[in-house]
Parts: sequence; C-alpha cells; structure tokens
Amino acid sequence: MREKPLRRFSSSLQAKSIVACQKSSRCQNHLQPSQGCGSVQVRDLGVDLKEFRLCDINLDVAEGEYFVILGPTGAGKTVLLETIAGLHRPLEGRILLAGEDITHAPPERRGIGFVYQDYALFPHLSVAGNIAFGLKLRKMGRGDIEERVAAIGRLLGIEHLFHRRPGTLSGGEAQRVALARALVVEPRLLLLDEPLSALDPETREGLQRELGRIHRELVTTTVHVTHDFEEAVALGDRIAVLREDRVGDSRREGRIVQVGTPEEIFRRPANEFVARFVGVRNIFRGEARPADDGYKLVSLDEVKIAAVTEFEGPVHVSIRPEEIVLSRKPLLSSARNAFRGRIVDISDRGTIVYITVRVPPDFVCMITRRSLEEMALGDGMGVHIAFKASAVHVF
Amino acid sequence: MRALFADRMRAVFVLLGSLLLLFVAWPLLRTVTASSPVVLWQTLLDEEVRNAILLTFYSSAVATVIAFVCGVPLAYLLARVDFPGKRLVEGVIDVPIVVPHSAAGIALLMTFGRRTLLGQAFGLFGLKFVSAAPGIVIAMLFVSLSFLVNAAREGFEAVDPRLERVARTLGASPWRAFWGVSFPLAWRSILSGMILMWARGLSEFGAVIILAYHPMVAPVLLYERFESFGLRYSRPVAALMILICLATFVVLRLTAGRKRGGA
Repeated sequence: MREKPLRRFSSSLQAKSIVACQKSSRCQNHLQPSQGCGSVQVRDLGVDLKEFRLCDINLDVAEGEYFVILGPTGAGKTVLLETIAGLHRPLEGRILLAGEDITHAPPERRGIGFVYQDYALFPHLSVAGNIAFGLKLRKMGRGDIEERVAAIGRLLGIEHLFHRRPGTLSGGEAQRVALARALVVEPRLLLLDEPLSALDPETREGLQRELGRIHRELVTTTVHVTHDFEEAVALGDRIAVLREDRVGDSRREGRIVQVGTPEEIFRRPANEFVARFVGVRNIFRGEARPADDGYKLVSLDEVKIAAVTEFEGPVHVSIRPEEIVLSRKPLLSSARNAFRGRIVDISDRGTIVYITVRVPPDFVCMITRRSLEEMALGDGMGVHIAFKASAVHVF
Repeated sequence: MRALFADRMRAVFVLLGSLLLLFVAWPLLRTVTASSPVVLWQTLLDEEVRNAILLTFYSSAVATVIAFVCGVPLAYLLARVDFPGKRLVEGVIDVPIVVPHSAAGIALLMTFGRRTLLGQAFGLFGLKFVSAAPGIVIAMLFVSLSFLVNAAREGFEAVDPRLERVARTLGASPWRAFWGVSFPLAWRSILSGMILMWARGLSEFGAVIILAYHPMVAPVLLYERFESFGLRYSRPVAALMILICLATFVVLRLTAGRKRGGA
C-alpha cells in the first residue's frame, strides 16, 4: 500500500541525490560493502513532545558526510536525533534514508546506529556482549559474530576490555564501546548525541580525533549533535545550527537557522543568534608541522604561526580576539607571532571594539574604545598584531 | 555500635526502638520455643497439617504465577507510559492493601460465587471457587498482587529507557528489547516482588476463610485447632508456620541484599 507514493517521491528526489552522491565514491564500508551508507533527507519535519516541539526541520545530509547539528544545550537536538532513529513519531514531514522513506518504519528496520552522551551500555552484559547485541539479533553464526566483534574492537582499540562489565569502564572507554556497538552492525547512518560532552577535556580531545579517523576509514554517514562549536568545526563537513525559543511558559520550540560549512557559519552567521552563539573568534584551518625549537608551525593562507601543541597534520586553530595585541609600530615582545596587516573593518560594540586586520588571513582583535581613540585607528590603516604561541588553541 | 549511644538522645531512641523490636520478637520466639522440636516434628508428620501447609504453598505459588503473567506487563506500562487515568490504575492496584481482607473475601464471593455469572461461566470448565482450591488462589491473588506489581514497576522505572531505545536501533523488536534488556535488568526487583507476594499469600486468612474454609490452608487450620482444641493444640502449628515464614523472609532479604551488592 505504501510502496507507490514512495517511489514517486523518491524519483522526484533524484536530481537532488546526484548532488548527494558526489561523495559516494568515498563510501566504502569495508565491514559490509553490500549495504553501504546512505544520504539523509529530512523534509518539513515537525515533532511535538509535551514540553518540546521541533518545527520545519529540513536537512540534506550527503552520503558519507559528517554532518554536525550545533545548538545550545537543551535545544531539542536529542529529540531530533531520536526522531530520525524512529524513537519518536513525527507530527508531520518525512524522513528519507538512501532515498527510502523511513518516516513510519520502526527503529529496528532503519539501520541507524545511535550513540548517547552517557553511553547507555547494557549493564547486564559484558563489553563483548554489548558489542555483539545487534549481531545476535541478526541471527549470525557464532564465528561470524566473534570475527566482527574482534574487527571493530581492533578498530577502536578496545579488545582488552571485552570481558569487562560496563560499570568498570572509564568514560572514554565506555564511549568507544558504545561506538563499537553501533558500528558493528554497519548502520546506514550513525547518530551521535553529544558523544564527547560527558568526557574530561583530555579524553574528549583524543576521542574527537578518533571519531574523525573512524569516519575517514568507514565513511559512514554521520549526524553528530553538539553544543561545542570547536567540536563542530573540527569534525563537521557541514554544520546546521539549531535554535531554541521559549513559547509560552513551559514549552520550547526548536528550529534550524543556518546550514553551511564551518567557515560559512563563523564567517557569515545568518543572524544575530548564530553570531552570538558562535561568538566572534579567529578560527583557521591549516597544516601543523614541527619546528626546531619545540613549537609547531601551522601554515595558514600566507603566514605560519607558532603554536604549542601535540598535533600534527591538518588542524584547526583558534585565537581569542582579546589575546591579540594591536599596535601601530612593530613591538619587541615575547610574543612569537607578529604580523603586519591592514585594518579592513572596525565594529563598534560600545566600550569594546572589534577590529579586523587583514594579513591575510583576517584576524579579529578586541580592543577597548579608549585604545581605539588613543591610537587614532581607521579603516585601511597599516598596523601590527602580535600574540603568544600559547594563545593559539589547536584542535 | 558506639555511634548508637553517642549522646543521651540517641540512647533514649535506642531504648524506645528496642521496645518495638522486642514486641515483635518476643511473642514469636515464645511461640517457637514453647514446643519442643519433637512435638514440632510430630506436628509436621500430621497429615492434615502437612496437607494444609502444602496447599498454602501451592496456592500462593499459583497466585504469584498468575500475578506475574498479568502484573509484569502492567507494571511495565505503569513505569514507561503516561496515559490518562494512570493514577487511577495505580490506586486500584493499591486498594487490596487498604480494604479489610474479609471484605475482599465477600467481594470475591459476590463475583465468583456459585450463582454469579463468572462463577457459572468458570463452572462450565469445571472450575469452582467456593470451598475449592481455586477460591484460595483468587483470594491470595487479590490481597497480595499489589506487592508484585509495585516491585516490578519500581524495577522497570530503574531501567534507563534509553537502553531499550539503543536496543531498538540495534535491530531489536519491542519484544526483543523487553526480554533482552528491560526484563533482565528489572528481574531482581520482580523476583523480590514475587517472593514478597508469595510470602504475603501464605499468611492470608481473612479473604480465604470466606471463600474456602475447606480445603484448609495453614492459617485456617491453625484457627480451627485453636477454636476446637484450644491453645495447647494450636501452638505447634503456629510455631511451624512462623518458622517456615521466617525462612522465606530470610531468602527474600538475601535476594534483596544481592541486588544491592550489584550483579
């Protein structure tokens, strides 16, 4: 009964899926090449839970893409993911996975992996039992199950934990197990609900890189939800910003306000909300290489900046606007990074002024209004900027 | 131990609390020790007594199984779903605890008696409730089902619903998610609810005596011995029942203790 309108709908989407399939050559899920991964389309989705509502959610996630949904804590990001997974019934709209309408399919038939912030491991099963859970439901042979569990264990480096109970694991270990449990069944889509938020900063950084590595290896289409902008920038091919509004006393309403690459989001925020949420900051993508004196040099557009970090290879760096010293003459100081540039924008925010200096790239510096007046700065003026290597955050 | 007598107030509290403990323990101990082990053994060999005790155990176990089959699903719904009238349902489940059990017996008699619709319907299948074992079972079921349903509900409430959701995304049907995740995790609570319900059923007197004086369950036998032959003859039966109930109670505490210790 449902088949017919389905086919019609998916054929009308073919034009779009050509775009979506650009990445499909990357999409080689070596664990089960037959199934592969899928693009996701969310159309005019509305979800109404008692205390929370999502309206007009439209998303296009390409096959093999790492898509991040960014929003403040409590903005219904979890509800959105759970709806895509089939755990809430949408009020309106439809969800397509690999062109197939799954709006009304039960969660167990969707082939969507889910990882919660606090892991949600089965406490009555061992680590190996947790990972094998989905495979056992698929009535696989014992040998096959063991093989696959071992393979995913190797991928995530958790083989030594197999006999342990979830209660004895650290946060980072538990999240790896949760990830393994979701990935071992080779989902068409992987949903990550704030997977790093419950972890301490050090573990978080490690697991964040791990997520990137795993995605590069398996190329599973991934939708990752977070409130952390840097996490979104580091991992996301594209970012959707979800905004929450209060409606009446007790109800809240969530909407997508902007979708774009990380650069688009922070260079051209669509509105005040995004700008505020993202904050004014200097975020760049570059290549980190070791230098002689223990520093790393990160090459951006035309400059190399010194930073203190463990990371090498492609990285993001951020420098807080208040960490950058602005002067009209070159300064002799301890700051390892000093560049000459030209003022291209002055944005007056009352007592604080943001000044954009094009080196290139463009650095945003924060100074007080009084400094602006004393230094008599103006558009197009040549200036010097300086910041310490330790002020450069690499992620 | 020292902390119990740390100051004068606590010492007074200890004294007052001890009175209550003594009030429970003394009569029980007195009853159990009044009859020599030989008399107890002879009482156990008395066929009437043995049959009554076995019938009590058996009937309460059947009632517990029935409550398990229907009560665990109900408990799950109460733990997981918000529906209109939920408070009312919870109230209904608790009612058997508050009504006098003899009144419960009357209510059951009026519903399952020989001339009632249900009584006659079950009669077609050869099942009669008045003065028959099935009557004992429904009387025990009525007065003790709250214990199982409430314990099971608490057990399910303690299981994070996200565990079921994860199971669903991994390919489990609602049934498989229930049997593979929720049920095993709630099992300890359900089990202790079953033991509690079974133990409560053993001791039921008021509702049972109205529906089925015969065949005699242990509490009714005890009552009859007391009425017909006096204290001397009822004492060993009472002692035997107290010992048996204490034993079940110890088992119950042990399972509950294991739960706290973690699986």
